[in-house]
Amino acid sequence: MQNVMKSIVLLLLLLVAVTGCNRRTTPVAAPLPPRPPGVTPSDTGVATTKPQPVDERLPVPPQPLDDGGLSNKTLDDLNRDSPLEPVYFVLDSADLDDTGRTTVTRNADVLKKFATWAVTIEGHADERGSAEYNLALGERRAVVVKSLLVSLGVPSDRIRTVSYGKEFPFDPGHEEGAWSKNRRAHFVITAR
Amino acid sequence: MQKPLLILGLSVAAVLLVTAQAPPASQQPAPSSQQPSDVGVVIRSDGGRPPQYAVPDVVALNAEAAADAKTIGEVLRNDFAFEREVDQIPRDIISTIPVARTPEQVAFNAWREIGADAVLFATASKAGNTTTVRVRLFDVRGERSVFAKEYSDQRGTNARLIAHTIADEIHEQQRALKGVARTKLTFVSDRVRERLITTVQDRSAKEVYVADYDGANERRITSNRQLNLAPSWSPDTSTVIYTGYRFVAGVGDVPDIFASHLYQGRLVNLTNGRGANYVARYSPDGRLIAFWSNRDGNEDVYVMNADGSNVRRITNHPASDSSPTWSPSGQQIAFVSDRAGGATPQIYMMNAADGSNVQRLTIGESWADRPSWSPTTNEIAFTARNGPAYDIKVLNLTTRQTRQITNGEGSNESPVFSPNGRHLAFMSSRAGRVQIFTVGVDGNGVRQVTRDGKNEFPAWSNGPGDAGK
Repeated sequence: MQNVMKSIVLLLLLLVAVTGCNRRTTPVAAPLPPRPPGVTPSDTGVATTKPQPVDERLPVPPQPLDDGGLSNKTLDDLNRDSPLEPVYFVLDSADLDDTGRTTVTRNADVLKKFATWAVTIEGHADERGSAEYNLALGERRAVVVKSLLVSLGVPSDRIRTVSYGKEFPFDPGHEEGAWSKNRRAHFVITAR
Repeated sequence: MQKPLLILGLSVAAVLLVTAQAPPASQQPAPSSQQPSDVGVVIRSDGGRPPQYAVPDVVALNAEAAADAKTIGEVLRNDFAFEREVDQIPRDIISTIPVARTPEQVAFNAWREIGADAVLFATASKAGNTTTVRVRLFDVRGERSVFAKEYSDQRGTNARLIAHTIADEIHEQQRALKGVARTKLTFVSDRVRERLITTVQDRSAKEVYVADYDGANERRITSNRQLNLAPSWSPDTSTVIYTGYRFVAGVGDVPDIFASHLYQGRLVNLTNGRGANYVARYSPDGRLIAFWSNRDGNEDVYVMNADGSNVRRITNHPASDSSPTWSPSGQQIAFVSDRAGGATPQIYMMNAADGSNVQRLTIGESWADRPSWSPTTNEIAFTARNGPAYDIKVLNLTTRQTRQITNGEGSNESPVFSPNGRHLAFMSSRAGRVQIFTVGVDGNGVRQVTRDGKNEFPAWSNGPGDAGK
């Protein structure tokens, strides 16, 4: 029984050591896991005196900025509830209005904060005009948004564009209420 | 993906003209210089109207041939009705005439009384897998056969193709008309309703299909469960090029121009991720492909060799230039540009070689896009805004007159001409979900081609796509 207990203790210690090692190689840190119960330095069998409380704090790499848990989400979860907002357009236009520029600026701030993220900007169009023409319109919308992001300091190699034209409407309706939602540059996070 | 291609190849190659039985001699010249036959009698009506054809049911000489006989009769009537080159005696009137089981039994007097100028007599027999069809077209007034041929389908798989071949050959011999009964359409469809797995959005894959011109024999030619758009045929009908979105992990969807060589089971990426590449069309001689790309930072028209080599930029304008289409000579390319500004895309043309001599073609349209050049007339079909929706119009480049083909039934777009220039295929929302339709260039004879799922981006082949090519 004693031997079994000892083995368990040793295993737990090994685990602590391994996870500790991993943490040192990972640039992003989380708090140390709580010490497993019952494991104290005296259990290692090398301590001769009672352990002294150590004043020196263990160095902990800085937590990322408060991100609302974004860095723990999967890419799919991130894209389902994206911090990057869509940018909307008027009919047959790839010009950004003030609202659009503000949205792009906010997205630029997010992309600067999460400097490892790569995104694809999808250009979309409403159902008016031919499917072929709307591919070109969607491409232009995506490129316009990319250009503004780059001018705001987001490296261009982190941004790809693709056009889906009118193939994937976000709202299947056939009136302006739906169309206005479908004329957009939509952000997809592809890597982080 | 390989399997449907193989089936398509076999079925298209299946008809063998075993014997071309010499028809009754005539000294009159053939109606068409392309017609090598020594048959020359052209059946005409009494007055100036189109000749009246009677196309009774095909006689099944044995029970095994019954199904093929029925199909061949139906398809023949449908093919004649499609070209509207001859008038057909209604079936209820045909049924009043005694059925002939041999050519000698054809009741010329009875046919003459009901006003038939021509009567078709056909028999079908089947032995094993081989269906044999013998066809005669009789001139009712002269009581003589002006067309006589035997067709054999050794695989027993495609009675429709036998009928289409008969229709095309009679149209050619009698009307000097290059019929389209053996041509094919390609289009994209979301009918399999496979959700794209590469996005968190609810989006369906669209796959490329081919079908006979009348919608029969639909076959899927892509199965990549991604977005595939804007397919188009090579002039020899051996290859379909399309815009395929290839998903690359960590990168996302990359739209490229793919070439699917249908009878080789070979798929080639022609643009290989150099920028985003869309909406390609072969030149009429099949040696070049025009498409548009943003590879130099802006939407411009490019031309490459058919194998993807030697890409050169043809337009160089800060506006968006897209949707290229070739003139029949291959010397010009028409395209769409928003360079006029103000949310009014218009159609332009330029020299295909270097993009020089740009001319705006559409005047007085608030929105004109997706041009398609007629192979036979100096005309361009396009999509035009008409109120809240879009209609198909045709611009005559000689007279600069525009005529309207569709008239506000749903929204209509993306017209393409049939190879004989007499029909257009287009997509329309008139039946609810968007479907492929065909219509005569006079705006008459609208037919719905597809029904399953949503079907878009039609393109019309020049021919049947023989596997041997």
